Amino acid sequence: MVEKKLSNKTKFWLTIAFIIFIGFLLWLADRYFDDYKLRVLRLIAIYGVMAVSLNLINGITGVFSLGHAGFILVGAYTASLLTLSPEQKAMSYLFGIQPWIEKLHADFFTATIAGGIAAAIFAFLIGWPVLRLSGDYLAIASLGFAEVVRIWANNALSITNGPLGLKAIPEYSNTWWTYGWLLATVVFIASLVNSSYGRALKAIRENRIAAEAMGINVFKHQLMSFVIGAFFAGVSGSLYAHWLTTIDPRLTTMGPMLTFYVLIMIVLGGLGSITGAIIGAAIFAILFEWLRDLEQPFSFFGIQVPGIPGMRILTVSAIFIIVMIFWQRGIMGREELTWDNLIKWSRKLASLSRKRGEG
Amino acid sequence: MMENKTAVMENKTDKGTKGLLVLDHVTMQFGGLVAVDNFTNEVKEGELLGLIGPNGAGKTTVFNVITGIYYPTKGKIIFDDIDITPLKPHQITHLGIARTFQNIRLFYDLSVLENVLVAQHHEISNPDGDRILLHHGKPAKNYQRFWLWRAITKLGYLKKEREMLERAKELIEKVGLAHVMYEKASALPYGEQRKLEIARALATKPKLLLLDEPAAGMNPKETEDLMEFIKKIRDEFDVTVFLIEHDMKVVMGICERIIVMDYGKIIAEGTPEQIQSNPRVIEAYLGKEWKHV
Repeated sequence: MVEKKLSNKTKFWLTIAFIIFIGFLLWLADRYFDDYKLRVLRLIAIYGVMAVSLNLINGITGVFSLGHAGFILVGAYTASLLTLSPEQKAMSYLFGIQPWIEKLHADFFTATIAGGIAAAIFAFLIGWPVLRLSGDYLAIASLGFAEVVRIWANNALSITNGPLGLKAIPEYSNTWWTYGWLLATVVFIASLVNSSYGRALKAIRENRIAAEAMGINVFKHQLMSFVIGAFFAGVSGSLYAHWLTTIDPRLTTMGPMLTFYVLIMIVLGGLGSITGAIIGAAIFAILFEWLRDLEQPFSFFGIQVPGIPGMRILTVSAIFIIVMIFWQRGIMGREELTWDNLIKWSRKLASLSRKRGEG
Repeated sequence: MMENKTAVMENKTDKGTKGLLVLDHVTMQFGGLVAVDNFTNEVKEGELLGLIGPNGAGKTTVFNVITGIYYPTKGKIIFDDIDITPLKPHQITHLGIARTFQNIRLFYDLSVLENVLVAQHHEISNPDGDRILLHHGKPAKNYQRFWLWRAITKLGYLKKEREMLERAKELIEKVGLAHVMYEKASALPYGEQRKLEIARALATKPKLLLLDEPAAGMNPKETEDLMEFIKKIRDEFDVTVFLIEHDMKVVMGICERIIVMDYGKIIAEGTPEQIQSNPRVIEAYLGKEWKHV
């Protein structure tokens, strides 16, 4: 079977062209979309960063971590505390504020990086105990640590302002920042996955004992993946905070709910596929917004249905179950949307339609 | 340590008698069960050594102790003049012991090529293994820092990647798996999966290759191929082979020396002819098998 493959150079330029094309589309959207649509568009990118980073940990390394919201929360708080001006902080902290936190100030980019680093440090610290476990135990332990941070944020009044949260965070997360960070995340993580280290991470997922016997330091590699994933989760947290403009340590915004949302995205897209994670994030973000209508009163074939709160989560769950029945491994499985695969699939489609035509 | 060194100096003159791997009174106890009892023996450089014994004799446990999966209750394991008893599996692999598993443990979702490539990863990612090598005055495999950073930014990495790829392809061709190079490991027939596991172990550039029942579940034709294959790789890759096997045809056919274990103890040792005529071995193990023949 001789398959014509594109040279690396062609693929590189095709990718550049594709990025420019997407950039152009985003520019158009930025100009002509209304405010609401733009916000959803940005949310897709933010969810994308979250999904791609969790996919590195869960899908590629096979470490079933449920602590992602914890990293997002650390990143969100670190970045927001840096971008809020001292005056605003003084205004919103009713119970007093640590003076050193009040004085801290940085621009959005630095704050985002700082958020990422803070999350990475947090992941490094909890990685030591958590990664000693495996399977379900690891999932529960990571979930526990994420909850610990959230509850800490709820109680450390002089640092996080407790349940009152942070308000009036400047809305810095515009289209360019969010999609720029999505691009950076994808480039970084794809580059890692397509290197010798990425192969080692996949080997750990496939068979931990064999990976160890092949000379891979399993713990070190898992920790590395955990820390890199957490860094980008922290970044996404910063973007998320500057998109929401107000954050508080509630169950739904920065708690386990968020972890499960991200988990749904990557399982929907295909565990272990970066492009799948982005597709999953886009579907989830759009669906979740679009289904808001279900919570308003509407008429269904002439029958008046009153607005039922929580309907959209129910519907998303039902859709999710249906997808899982037909695509057990998610939409993309472990395949990536690469140029080679696109050509392969289009050929397959062409030959299929030809057969149908002949038949 | 000093005694060791002088012993090595004496042996260096004639290759083939030097003990590459020395097991010194190794005991492995699981609670009340003594799986390996006072195992003392050595694997000489360049030989093809077989380890046989009835089910549950502790053969695989010996392998697991050597490769660092278990920490022995008592005793010492010296490999290439380095005490590897306290080391971890990934460090031991880095020093030059590779193994296969009784029940195949491939990276099933990766391609054949990727399976072999993964086995080379330890060269760039194993600073603690390199530190041990350097500490004992041996050349390190690839002692350079920031490999992770290089792999991500691709600065000063692509050359290494190409080199690894070439080496992997060469190895796959040598072992005769070139026709399935881009197939997933799970898609391979059983015999080829066994072969791939050996190829993957060879990709770590071992001095000593441990094969745990390589012929298990193979038909006579596949077994014959495997025997040829093991002999071939021993000569071609200049590697010492230590294998566990149940199939008497394989053991008697290719091993130069055989160790027989029963209930964790060594009950006999010698050439295939000596083993076949040893009354203790016949009593413990071969007797039942060979009466039928």
